[in-house]
Amino acid sequence: MKKEKEETNIKNSSLITHRSSLLIKGGRVIDPSSNLDEITDILIENGKITKIGKIQDSTLKQVQGKTQSSGLRDLDVIDAKGKVVVPGLIDMHVHLREPGYEYKETIKTGTEAARAGGFTVVCCMPNTNPVNDSRSVTEFILDRTIKEGSTDVYPIGAISKGLKGEELSEMADLVEAGCVAFSDDGKSVMDSELMRRAMEYAIALGVPIISHCEDTNLSKGGVMNEGFVSTELGLQGIPDSAEEVIISRDLLLAEITGVKLHIAHVSTKGSVRLIKEAKERGIGVTAETCPHYFLLTDNEVRGYDSDAKVNPPLRTEEDIEAIKQGLKDGTIDVIATDHAPHNIAEKLVEFDYAPFGIVGLETALSLSLKLVEWGVLTINELIEKMTANPARILGLKKGILNVGSDADVTIIDMNQKVTVDPMKFRSKGRNTPFKGAKLKGLPIITILRGKT
Amino acid sequence: MRLSGKDILGIKELSTDEINLIIETAESFKEVLERDIKKVPTLRGKTIVNLFYEPSTRTRISFELAGKRMSADVINIAPSISSIVKGESLIDTVKNIESMNSDFIILRHSAAGAPYLISKVLKSSVINAGDGSHEHPTQALLDILTIKEKKGGTQGLDVAIIGDISHSRVARSNIYGLTKLGAKVRVSGPPTMIPWGIEKLGVKVFYKMEDALKDVDVIMMLRIQLERQEKGLFPTIREYAKLYCLTPERVKLAREDVIIMHPGPINRGVEISPEVSDGSYSVILEQVTNGLAVRMAVLYLLSGEAE
Amino acid sequence: MSKPKEKAVILDKTAVERTLSRMTHEILERNRGIEDIIFVGIRTGGVHLARRIAKKVREIEKKEVPVGILDITLYRDDLGTKKKPSLRKTDIPFPITDKKVILVDDVLFTCRTIRAALDSLMDFGRPSLVQLAVLIDRGHKELPIRADYVGKNIPTSQKESVKVMLEEEGFDDRVVLMEEVE
Repeated sequence: MKKEKEETNIKNSSLITHRSSLLIKGGRVIDPSSNLDEITDILIENGKITKIGKIQDSTLKQVQGKTQSSGLRDLDVIDAKGKVVVPGLIDMHVHLREPGYEYKETIKTGTEAARAGGFTVVCCMPNTNPVNDSRSVTEFILDRTIKEGSTDVYPIGAISKGLKGEELSEMADLVEAGCVAFSDDGKSVMDSELMRRAMEYAIALGVPIISHCEDTNLSKGGVMNEGFVSTELGLQGIPDSAEEVIISRDLLLAEITGVKLHIAHVSTKGSVRLIKEAKERGIGVTAETCPHYFLLTDNEVRGYDSDAKVNPPLRTEEDIEAIKQGLKDGTIDVIATDHAPHNIAEKLVEFDYAPFGIVGLETALSLSLKLVEWGVLTINELIEKMTANPARILGLKKGILNVGSDADVTIIDMNQKVTVDPMKFRSKGRNTPFKGAKLKGLPIITILRGKT
Repeated sequence: MRLSGKDILGIKELSTDEINLIIETAESFKEVLERDIKKVPTLRGKTIVNLFYEPSTRTRISFELAGKRMSADVINIAPSISSIVKGESLIDTVKNIESMNSDFIILRHSAAGAPYLISKVLKSSVINAGDGSHEHPTQALLDILTIKEKKGGTQGLDVAIIGDISHSRVARSNIYGLTKLGAKVRVSGPPTMIPWGIEKLGVKVFYKMEDALKDVDVIMMLRIQLERQEKGLFPTIREYAKLYCLTPERVKLAREDVIIMHPGPINRGVEISPEVSDGSYSVILEQVTNGLAVRMAVLYLLSGEAE
Repeated sequence: MSKPKEKAVILDKTAVERTLSRMTHEILERNRGIEDIIFVGIRTGGVHLARRIAKKVREIEKKEVPVGILDITLYRDDLGTKKKPSLRKTDIPFPITDKKVILVDDVLFTCRTIRAALDSLMDFGRPSLVQLAVLIDRGHKELPIRADYVGKNIPTSQKESVKVMLEEEGFDDRVVLMEEVE
């Protein structure tokens, strides 16, 4: 008990401590990419992992000697006994809102929230103001991250200038500046010709296209899932087909172009089926879903709680079952958050007028552990979908625990109980339908390049 | 016997007993409306605010008159639509109104669920006077009162609701109310205007109007909003009228003693032909009278502190 | 929770009958006949009594007198809570202006019901006079109102109550004194 408290303190003082050496001792170390799952130690020196395995006292003395002679602090030891030690989590779908919507979230607060949620890498979507469709915006984000960030940030560039769906942005320049993928997330590229050209262009750059799939003619005016609940509530529905029509189109375009296509936030049974069939046919597609799509249904909208307003919308039990199956059989590769913070006042309006979005960074891991509890995924499979898989899709040398790799490590207490209290979030966003949820399992320490 | 909540947000949330209580109370209020002096002191000193974000003449006047007949002070506020976009939020608006010690806020709003949003932050009783395509509870109550007066009850009656079911709050409230009171409800309209899963509310769906009208006791016509045509829900008014206008020939399909209702305002010649709306089966004007009694009943039953 | 329990019978069937007869005679005597007289019973007990008195008048005078029904609910001064007495119809299907209205109620207690009844009555017209007839006056008046015709005065305590049970409601006629017991 006492030990845990100390660990929490270490975590909270992360900004002032700098250690050149850190030993994570006796935890259950899981690294899906190397099929590692054993109780062992990890030694971290100068921000890199230098050893994975039982650390002998003699080795320790040697390390201590080095740190003392270099005038730095002693070797820090984290007792991870009974804890799960995994690569730092990666969220490939986050809205950090900066630049332009700093009242909703900033790179500082968003990455603090990410860090608290066990993430060491987040990818931010380009729907900022100005849109991240030019080198200067990408550079601003990266510069701000270096100055104020608590995690690494990899920007995702806009497919089209201003997200208008009309002209391609300078994709090559954006990649050079640091963008790792392209997406018009939040909007759907409705012009099939433009989408095809973006895919072709992306091939030469070696980066994936992340598609927000929504036929905006079918979804027009919609604020929730189209179904019995929308009928009862008198709210305009968004049909499954709005998502599936564009997924179908993008899968066909991916087939003819050969692009690496990643489908964002899969929410329907039909989408899972389409992606599964495409994968079976050998199309280079990957897919993600978010915790709310395997945990919540459109019933959450009853009472007109705008915190349950999200796009794509919360669907039905049947969709949840299909998504769980898709996660289990590998159709869905990634669990991302689609962290979409909004100011409280923006959500405290008529359901029709409230913006879409749910915050997810600080609840994602605890929520996703439900999949392990239910036996849908093993802990290793879950971690893979939050580390190695997104890293592989984006071509990042992250999400792994290898000697020589960045010491990004997350330590999870699988037994810690937590009640979701949005007022305690580090994110500026409080908009979550999970408020008050009682969950089990929490990231307790997030180490970024050796720093706790 | 009393209502369980401080608000009337929807018929869905009312129990059968509560609906009956309102209807019986409204029947008593009808006597007040027939007096020479049509005013009682029951709500003296109470303040009713009609907050109508959507234009409405009938419902607003009905609530206003109901309040005035019970000696309440009634204030009408009709914020322009533009103020919704650029002005203060709905919650701020109603909190300001309540700061002037309002007792009732009657809300008409184009967004479904708006009354639910404000009821959570207000001590005043909130009465839903129509929220988007969701509910219009007092309309259903006055329709039920009218049916009860004409038919002696609702149990076992066949009621056909015809028109744009998808976007009709009147249809939803009536479906909830009538099915709770034992009526058998059918709905009919173009498939583009029949919402997903409506059968689960206990109604039968007919795409052909003639099938829906067969041997019914009550025909309830809905107002067709002409702007729905632009959204492609039906090709032309002409074609809509051809398929779904209540004509004297179609009335003959119903039972001989059928009554014909319409929540108003009527698009004459579109959803209902003039011979029918002004004909002997029509109870459209009785509906208006009953609206006043029902709204007085609701105000009366909601007034006062919860013990 | 205390429950009222029957303590004593104030009037039995014969006494109720005898008392109503006496009141009828008093009314006729005081008003010198039935010219312009109308009866208005206050819901619920007052209505039955008004009808009985009217019947006795008919037997004596061989003439019909109109009987109205007054529901005073909407004029009450204690509607401050959600729990509402059930509202029923007032039925006075004749003009009352320039008539002698005999208001009839079963028990006179705080007089607040009578205040409400008078206010309500005035909204129906301008009677030439209003007189009040009650079967029981149990005291504790809170307003300066008194009855013109009283069947029986019964001093009571606040803990006690008076229950008028009539045939019309399925009882044997009698008036009983109830007392709350802990």
